[in-house]
Amino acid sequence: MQTFDLAAEGLRKLNETLHAQAGSTNQTLWEVVNPRGSHAIAVGLDAPIEVTVKGSTGYYCAGMNKQATVHVQGSAGPGVAENMMSGTVVVEGDASQYAGATGRGGTLIIKGNASSRCGISMKGIDIIVHGNIGHMSAFMAQSGNLVVCGDAGEALGDSLYEARLFVRGSVKSLGADCIEKEMRPEHLTLLAELLERGGCDARPEEFKRYGSARQLYTFKPDNAY
Amino acid sequence: MCGIVGLFLKDKALEPQLGALLTDMLITMTDRGPDSAGIAIYGNTAEGRSKLTVQSDEGDAVFGDLAEKLGAAIGAGVGLTRKDSHAVLDLPADKLSEARAALATVAPGVRVMSSGETLEIYKEVGLPRDVAARFEVSKMQGSHGIGHTRMATESAVTTMGAHPFNTGPDQCLVHNGSLSNHNALRRKLRRDGVHIETQNDTEVGAAYLTWKMQQGATLGEALEGALKDLDGFFTFVVGTEDGFGVVRDPIACKPAVMAETDQYVAFGSEYRALVNLPGIEDARVWEPEPATVYFWKH
Repeated sequence: MQTFDLAAEGLRKLNETLHAQAGSTNQTLWEVVNPRGSHAIAVGLDAPIEVTVKGSTGYYCAGMNKQATVHVQGSAGPGVAENMMSGTVVVEGDASQYAGATGRGGTLIIKGNASSRCGISMKGIDIIVHGNIGHMSAFMAQSGNLVVCGDAGEALGDSLYEARLFVRGSVKSLGADCIEKEMRPEHLTLLAELLERGGCDARPEEFKRYGSARQLYTFKPDNAY
Repeated sequence: MCGIVGLFLKDKALEPQLGALLTDMLITMTDRGPDSAGIAIYGNTAEGRSKLTVQSDEGDAVFGDLAEKLGAAIGAGVGLTRKDSHAVLDLPADKLSEARAALATVAPGVRVMSSGETLEIYKEVGLPRDVAARFEVSKMQGSHGIGHTRMATESAVTTMGAHPFNTGPDQCLVHNGSLSNHNALRRKLRRDGVHIETQNDTEVGAAYLTWKMQQGATLGEALEGALKDLDGFFTFVVGTEDGFGVVRDPIACKPAVMAETDQYVAFGSEYRALVNLPGIEDARVWEPEPATVYFWKH
């Protein structure tokens, strides 16, 4: 286990050090102490390493992640795991706005609540939230899965493309072109796997599935160039 | 962007540290707003006395005999405590509005930062660290206070454009965001007799709340009204003589984090601003919901 004191050595050194682990490092376990809400902790990682952040983070923690597992032992500020490509990010506490936005792959697990715009424009990432999510979540989501064990705020899945949304609790309102869809056996199988991956104590049968009605102008051949 | 902070103490034992804690929170928010900074502190006052905090770039040329001149104009004893470009005028509570009116003739160049029984506002152009040092905010005591670091989006970078804004006795407001209907609302409020000095959108937000409360609304009701009548993006933190409120617009783009312990309620634009508060490790920390009014009272 390597320990990095962010208060003593600073953000640039932290990210340089973690980036230098790309390739075949033997130093796979890292611990970041004194995060104190700092921004851009562990961004742009591209190595199969495990980074544990001992406390809460500011903006854009673990953004653009590839391969790495980043574990935040606190809450995360806006834009956690934004544009993640692969790997896993786990937030023990709450996540602020636009968690997992534009993510193309990998898994984001939020054990507390997520705020507004969770998974906005998601493009392949799997996001699993143990608590609730805020308004405008999965806006313009294009692919991937959003699993919410709690409730969803207003305008869930507004202008949704192909992503699958699973919500166990209430949904305050659905956004434009987002509808409830039937839960077929393949969805129950997929959701069981996601719930297990997220460490959620919930059964797939308790969830409803939401998706795109594919009625917006973007889906009409007449509107194609 | 702008950075806002607020601290409402429940535990009187922390009151001597209020200025120091707020200064630290304010400086941490410098990179959200390096244009100007300001802080409002609700401190102690003597029974029956009120305060006018005023600003002048002229220094002793204006402040030297201001207390005597103002005292003569209103026929009462006036005390003056100078702090850099600001001075706090101490006078009988029932002479407050008379004194404010008299200032315009006694010292026309002087700008009023705040008026009220307990409120003092210090604000200037410059980095938060420098502004806080000029007014020795870290030495100040009080029961609650709010602060602001400004990245200007509406109106000029001037002392008068800095936050907090005080538009009614012991009321003040700091804002992160931008209001889109402030010009129309300013005209309407002025028609209704509300005093608004600048072209700044935030002053309109502050004046709106004052106007609502003059009509009998509680601060909570005034904040509910703001959700209906103000267009644009806003996170507001407001102070009254004995209260502290927070509200975010329904879209809630602007960041906000709150923390509560047995000793205090704290607000920061970012969690970073809260990390040096005592007992923050065990505080309840949450993000205020959109279009939801939060309010605490002593």
